[in-house]
Amino acid sequence: MQFTNLNDFLAMGTHGFYVWLSFGITFALLFALIYSSKRKNKQVKNAIIKRQLREKKLKKAAQLQKESISTSKSKEVSS
Amino acid sequence: MWKWLHPYANPEVSYHFAGKLIPWFKYLTILLLSIGLVWVLLFVPADYQQGNSFRIFYIHVPTAILSLSIYSTMAVIAFCGLVWQLKLADASVAAIAPVGAVFTAIALITGAAWGRPTWGVWWIWDARLTSELILLFLYLGVIALHSSFSDKSQGGKAASILTLVGVINIPIIKYSVEWWNTLHQGQTVTKLGAPSMASEMYWPFLVCFFGFVCFLGWIISLRFRTEVLSRNAMRPWVKSVAELSEKK
Amino acid sequence: MSDLIDTTNTTQTASTRVLPYHRAFYLVFKRDVTLALRHKDDIINPLLFFIIVITLFPLGIGPEPNTLARIAPGIIWVAALLATLLSLDRLFKSDYNDGSLEQLLLSPNPIFILVLGKIAAHWLLTGVPLIIVAPLLAVLLHLNENSYLALFLTLLIGTPILSFIGAIGVALTVGIKKGGVLLSLLILPLYIPVLIFATSAIDTAAMNLPYSGQLAIIGALLIGSLTLTPLAVSAALKVSTN
Repeated sequence: MQFTNLNDFLAMGTHGFYVWLSFGITFALLFALIYSSKRKNKQVKNAIIKRQLREKKLKKAAQLQKESISTSKSKEVSS
Repeated sequence: MWKWLHPYANPEVSYHFAGKLIPWFKYLTILLLSIGLVWVLLFVPADYQQGNSFRIFYIHVPTAILSLSIYSTMAVIAFCGLVWQLKLADASVAAIAPVGAVFTAIALITGAAWGRPTWGVWWIWDARLTSELILLFLYLGVIALHSSFSDKSQGGKAASILTLVGVINIPIIKYSVEWWNTLHQGQTVTKLGAPSMASEMYWPFLVCFFGFVCFLGWIISLRFRTEVLSRNAMRPWVKSVAELSEKK
Repeated sequence: MSDLIDTTNTTQTASTRVLPYHRAFYLVFKRDVTLALRHKDDIINPLLFFIIVITLFPLGIGPEPNTLARIAPGIIWVAALLATLLSLDRLFKSDYNDGSLEQLLLSPNPIFILVLGKIAAHWLLTGVPLIIVAPLLAVLLHLNENSYLALFLTLLIGTPILSFIGAIGVALTVGIKKGGVLLSLLILPLYIPVLIFATSAIDTAAMNLPYSGQLAIIGALLIGSLTLTPLAVSAALKVSTN
């Protein structure tokens, strides 16, 4: 242990400002990188899921339309 | 000899492989960087000339070394990608560039904060500092070029070409110390075998260095997975992967 | 140019018609020079920009001759970099827009030669005027008399490098809508070695010391870019035209 008390530790001799500045910025940047990478990953996944849902909906709508057309046709035939 | 590599050209296989790597890298990063942080801040003796500002060394030097090696890695990958037309190579170049830019920025900022108490100024137009700054510009150029293409695979190829062109800068950085003999101190850690530092300063450096390496592995795997997903969005395996992650 | 396009458009005989290298080079070169001479403002505007930027510096810094002489090499070279950057857009843009670039890439002639021809034409139209005007501006900036030859030589060897490296950037960004700002971000960092050695040569000459070392390095950069950049440019053009 190089420091006897907390004040010494924070002061770092006379260089406290520079040491804490560089450690602070470094870890801030690293955490920002982690955060943005994770967020981007989630965004891409969400976009894929959204597109899937839309495709499903479109398919369903198309099917419904087909059914309704066929039923109306069959009605015409029967009448 | 090449046979074991072939499966990894498949995006699905390499996606899952990167996924397996992530937890290892993640916990190793947390372990190594927290040990290194405590060691460096509390237990490493202060330098007899530079005092406590020497502690910045343990961030500045690993990130500076890695910023260079990240770029060379990118260049090698870009070369392979262009020669063998690997789509995954473009994806990894796109994944690596932002991480490299952040490391370069950290090296520059910590360098400035270290230079102020040691040399008395924040910035010196010394060859190595300048080339590090140019390296940052090169990274930013690659990122900007990649993101300005709407077609991802086209952007990836363009970024690969730019990376290869920029790699000319790497030897200039390497030899600039000999070309312009200036204020910046010579490299203290060159060979693993014969460090010119005391061992009590050397071991924490190694811990920090490998902590940063694991951090790189973690973030690059994560970003690589994102890039692969966004490039293969229409494939069936991607759909199942996205669904699975949603259920969790 | 029409010969080159013919080789791709007309069928049977055309596919076998590969021009000899010097002929292909000359055709592209001549076409680009002719086109540029028809739009003279493309040549004149970068040159005017070069002159105006250089006259701005004394206004901003002050008319003191010693100060101006100290910074003259740097100013002239930085202005030359920027002027080249401005003119680069012309290199591929109009050809890309009217589709003749794609035809050029499809022709059976090696792209290396065609690209080389285009870059040579670009240098003739932008680099050479800069070299001619630079001594006049050096007079305005009170450049040391010993360095005139050095200024001329560095510009003579250095400006082709600017055209070569710049061509890579244009080839990469030609397909992008707002490529202009991006181009400067990509290219200016790559210009730095040329800038450093050229200004250092001029400064050394001002002190009456031999500057052949710096010239040799710039020459090496020129040879390197002459052999390597056309490859990068053709790869980039293939990506851009897709």
